[in-house]
Amino acid sequence: MTAASTRVSIAALPPQAPLPGVWQTGLARGRIELKAFFRERQAVVFILAMPAVMLVLLGAIFGKEQTGPGVTIGDLYVAGLIGGGVMATSYQNLGMSIAIERERLTLKRLRGTPMPPAAYFTGKIIQVIVAAIAEVVVLLAIGAAFYHLRLPASLTAWLTFAWVFVLGVAACSLLGIAASSLPRSAARNGIAVIVLPFMVLQFISGVYVPFFLVPPWMRDIASVFPLEWMCRGMRSVFVPRAVAMEPGHSWQHGQTALVLSAWVVAGLVLCLTTFRWQNRRDR
Amino acid sequence: MNATSLAVRAHGLRKSYGAVAAVRGIDFEIAPGEVFALLGPNGAGKTTTVEILEGYRHRDGGEVSVLGTDPQHANRAWRARIGIVLQLAADAPELTVFEMVDHFAGFYPRPRRAAEVIDMVGLTGKARSRIHALSGGQLRRLDVALGLVGDPELLFLDEPTTGFDPAARRAFWEVIRALSCGGVTVLLTTHYLDEAAALADRVAVISDGVIVAEDHPADLGGRATAEAVVSWQDRDGRRSERTAEPTRVVVGLAARYGGEVPGLTVTRPTLEDVYLELIGGRP
Repeated sequence: MTAASTRVSIAALPPQAPLPGVWQTGLARGRIELKAFFRERQAVVFILAMPAVMLVLLGAIFGKEQTGPGVTIGDLYVAGLIGGGVMATSYQNLGMSIAIERERLTLKRLRGTPMPPAAYFTGKIIQVIVAAIAEVVVLLAIGAAFYHLRLPASLTAWLTFAWVFVLGVAACSLLGIAASSLPRSAARNGIAVIVLPFMVLQFISGVYVPFFLVPPWMRDIASVFPLEWMCRGMRSVFVPRAVAMEPGHSWQHGQTALVLSAWVVAGLVLCLTTFRWQNRRDR
Repeated sequence: MNATSLAVRAHGLRKSYGAVAAVRGIDFEIAPGEVFALLGPNGAGKTTTVEILEGYRHRDGGEVSVLGTDPQHANRAWRARIGIVLQLAADAPELTVFEMVDHFAGFYPRPRRAAEVIDMVGLTGKARSRIHALSGGQLRRLDVALGLVGDPELLFLDEPTTGFDPAARRAFWEVIRALSCGGVTVLLTTHYLDEAAALADRVAVISDGVIVAEDHPADLGGRATAEAVVSWQDRDGRRSERTAEPTRVVVGLAARYGGEVPGLTVTRPTLEDVYLELIGGRP
């Protein structure tokens, strides 16, 4: 170790150098979050690759089966797994990673620096949006390559995709941030507390099982949560002909927007009231 | 010296967790440029005290001023002037040492260069290594680098050399001495008495939530004036004499032996003896 000091060079700087801005720091957080995320094989496999593997698997087993006029089960899986994949890259990703960061004292250390708290969340948003877009691209590529998925040509369909994606990512990210505070230990019960409810939702919301096959009482439960509405929105974009198999024979876009927006508000309130930079035990 | 020109001032500091009083009225002051050590057993209130000063915890009572500001109302500009070295934080395993330090530098208005800080803590050879590949001692040095990168006026070091080998500890002490010479104020908590003796201008011993002694390490607990034990080798074996005037005894012995006294030692209570007495014999 050498004990070099830069006192001399620092003394030459103005004494009241401005603090780095929120946006600048947030972008730096986003860069470092993306680096860490894509280098962590565990996260990439469980969050990014899982829906792709499920699509290949479920599609290969059930995919060719015709379920309606011009609709195969493979088509429904592409749309459903896009919904599930968006929730994995937002809810599950943030829920687990923030719980782990809290446990590893990453959050405590950041809180002890002049980093603006908003920059931390900006970084997370950037990471989630990039991962979610990557997920959608991978799933669409698999759908196009193996299940004759045709991308919608109309601008209206892509606008629908955009608002379902944005509202879905926002609602699920906020829920993930809130859920990160639930497990007492990320390592020991993070999977049970954060991932298990998401697995259940994926079965009843039209991700792993086509929604029209789910018993009505389970559909009613699923309709309380955002995932069902995200999957429904994605089906309306990528499998528009499946409308005949939808409950009420309609896409119910108005209700989709309403439920997702309500979850954004609820998630935000939950985050603002429950977010902690340190573990409960660490007080 | 008034409160605003002191680096740290704590007066009547109190903090309880439920029914357990962790800190029961602590007073101390640290002058700018001083190295101040808080010594005490686990659970004595060291970490609680330091975390209140760092702005991590709210106190129940008393007055605290750190760099002229109440840490309870700290803002980013204040955080930019302090550096915190947490106990055992090993986060961001997939980033490299340089990426991590360089990223943290971006939070501060006048950071040191990442490469320079990495050199100061002796990690230059590991700058391009992923954090998960570091040994325990190397991780600790990274923690220290992250505490130094903002070029703080006041540095908090919570048990900084735990897990260091003796050579690394000596080297680390040199870093702290160099910082101190450069005018940085240091608040150190440690289990190691030799570390406190080697680094600190003043030592406070904290036990059961109160400060039981505070002095220069050489004078702690009346060490400088405590009775000494003069011991020498006689024809019949080892002889010793407890005395408040060791010099007079030695001169007498020298006259008796006509010069060199066989096996002569003069000892006062070690820092460890004094420390163990102060904390009531508890380890």
